[in-house]
Amino acid sequence: TAFAVAAPAFADEDAELVINGEIEIVTKTTAPAHLEGHLTEIMSGWRFRSDDTQAMEMDDFDNPGMLGAEEGLAQFDTVMGSEGKACADCHDGVESLASVRPTYPKWNDAKEAVYTIQMQINDCLTERMGAEAEKYDSKKMLNFEAVLASVARGTPMNVAIDGPAQSTWEQGKEMYYTRFGQLDLSCANCHEQNYGNMIRADHLSQGQTNGFPVYRIKDNKLTGAHSRFKGCIRDTRAETFAPGSPEFVALELYVASRGNGLSVEGPSVRN
Amino acid sequence: MKRIATCFVVLGLTASAAMAEVAPGSIQFEEGAVAQSLTGTSGNPAEGRTIMTTKSVGNCVSCHAATDYADVPFAGEVGPLLDGAGSRWDEAQLRGLVVNPKMTFEGTVMPAFYKVDGFNRPGDAFTGKAAPADLPPLLSAQQVEDVVAYLMTLKDE
Ligand code: HEC
Ligand code: HEC
Ligand code: HEC
Repeated sequence: TAFAVAAPAFADEDAELVINGEIEIVTKTTAPAHLEGHLTEIMSGWRFRSDDTQAMEMDDFDNPGMLGAEEGLAQFDTVMGSEGKACADCHDGVESLASVRPTYPKWNDAKEAVYTIQMQINDCLTERMGAEAEKYDSKKMLNFEAVLASVARGTPMNVAIDGPAQSTWEQGKEMYYTRFGQLDLSCANCHEQNYGNMIRADHLSQGQTNGFPVYRIKDNKLTGAHSRFKGCIRDTRAETFAPGSPEFVALELYVASRGNGLSVEGPSVRN
Repeated sequence: MKRIATCFVVLGLTASAAMAEVAPGSIQFEEGAVAQSLTGTSGNPAEGRTIMTTKSVGNCVSCHAATDYADVPFAGEVGPLLDGAGSRWDEAQLRGLVVNPKMTFEGTVMPAFYKVDGFNRPGDAFTGKAAPADLPPLLSAQQVEDVVAYLMTLKDE
């Protein structure tokens, strides 16, 4: 029928994700305890994409996001800044940082603040390498994030929400349930109450961050979690927040914690 | 009288349309319904259909499907199917639903289409920037009337 031609290719919400025929990715699991009363099951955004988009993530040769990870790896070995150092001079290969992607955002004792991966890398760049800080969600930062995610694929998201991070987490939680903009919509209105539903041509997912950075086919490049949040809030006809803002750091911690138990799958592919 | 005169100048409206236009801040709700026409000019259902199904205007289709506009691709599923809405609700109730559905369905995700204040960080359309001081409603008074006129045509078989 005419409708079938116009309709978007529907996702197979029951498909399972195995990357390169070997890395098993948990894309659906029991929700963490803190979501009691909100969600019983958590699902990766991968489940909500069309068959074609899903397939692109099943093989690194078909995943354009892996080019970013390769560039990130090259950046890791590149000398940057006045101290003449590369990341690899201090860190024993990217694999030594495999615990980073599943556990960030994370409390940084020395800085007494919740730190995202990008904030941490900027500290290394500016305080240890004598280099310029990178702009939040710049291509270079997303390449670093992509390689740090790629070495952690298959490990469960496990951000800490208690201890010193708790108040930031609470702040993020409040934001998640706050309605923004002239359309008066919260993250939860779309991603908790309506996941699985179509909103115009978009199949709403749970808005999880386990797949970040995400290669968006529509933009032909990697997108960071904060840039995605920025777009979602903008789409409520609101004055949005900036990537790297304290609001988005808190929101990232909270949203990441909603995905505790899902595998890291970045760099992932989305439309 | 002075306010009405200012309206003429600012909006440059024709006398007949401006006379009766109810401002977003002056709407009288009665159990979610709005009895008084916002313009005094009856709505045009064909125009209402276009408003509802056009992304850059009402974009109701992003959340609602209806058999009558099944030709429009990508109808959403966030809101209920609108078939029979004109039988379930009377004109005043439909007007209230479009003006501000939160007066009928507490906590609904459906936006208010004729409301200009009380928002958290309102923006300037989809720019991500702060809203101007004189934020316009999502639909004009006449557009609301047109949408209501169209909804009234969605009768049960
Ligand atoms: C001069 C040494 C040095 C250089 C060069 C350096 N780092 Fe670091 N990096 C550190 C130290 C020290 C820490 C903090 C130690 C810790 O927390 O384990 C750290 C921590 C990190 C962490 C967090 C680790 C964790 O487990 O929480 C990441 C991610 C990281 N660095 C990435 C990078 C990247 C990417 C580069 C290159 C742009 C880089 N670093 C360059 C010394 C360095
Ligand atoms: C008006 C509806 C709407 C609202 C409100 C909304 N989003 Fe989204 N969001 C979408 C759509 C549509 C997509 C793309 C399809 C999908 O993955 O759900 C998306 C995608 C995302 C993604 C990417 C998921 C992935 O796997 O690629 C994240 C993360 C996200 N949203 C987080 C948020 C957060 C956090 C908020 C609140 C600050 C929010 N969204 C508010 C509609 C919304
Ligand atoms: C973001 C989603 C969304 C948008 C956009 C939206 N609606 Fe709704 N609408 C809903 C939901 C959800 C309900 C059900 C009320 C509830 O229980 O929350 C609803 C209910 C209704 C109803 C009553 C349903 C019935 O048939 O009994 C009407 C009529 C209606 N909407 C018309 C419109 C019109 C006209 C527009 C555009 C001018 C519109 N809606 C835009 C989500 C939406």
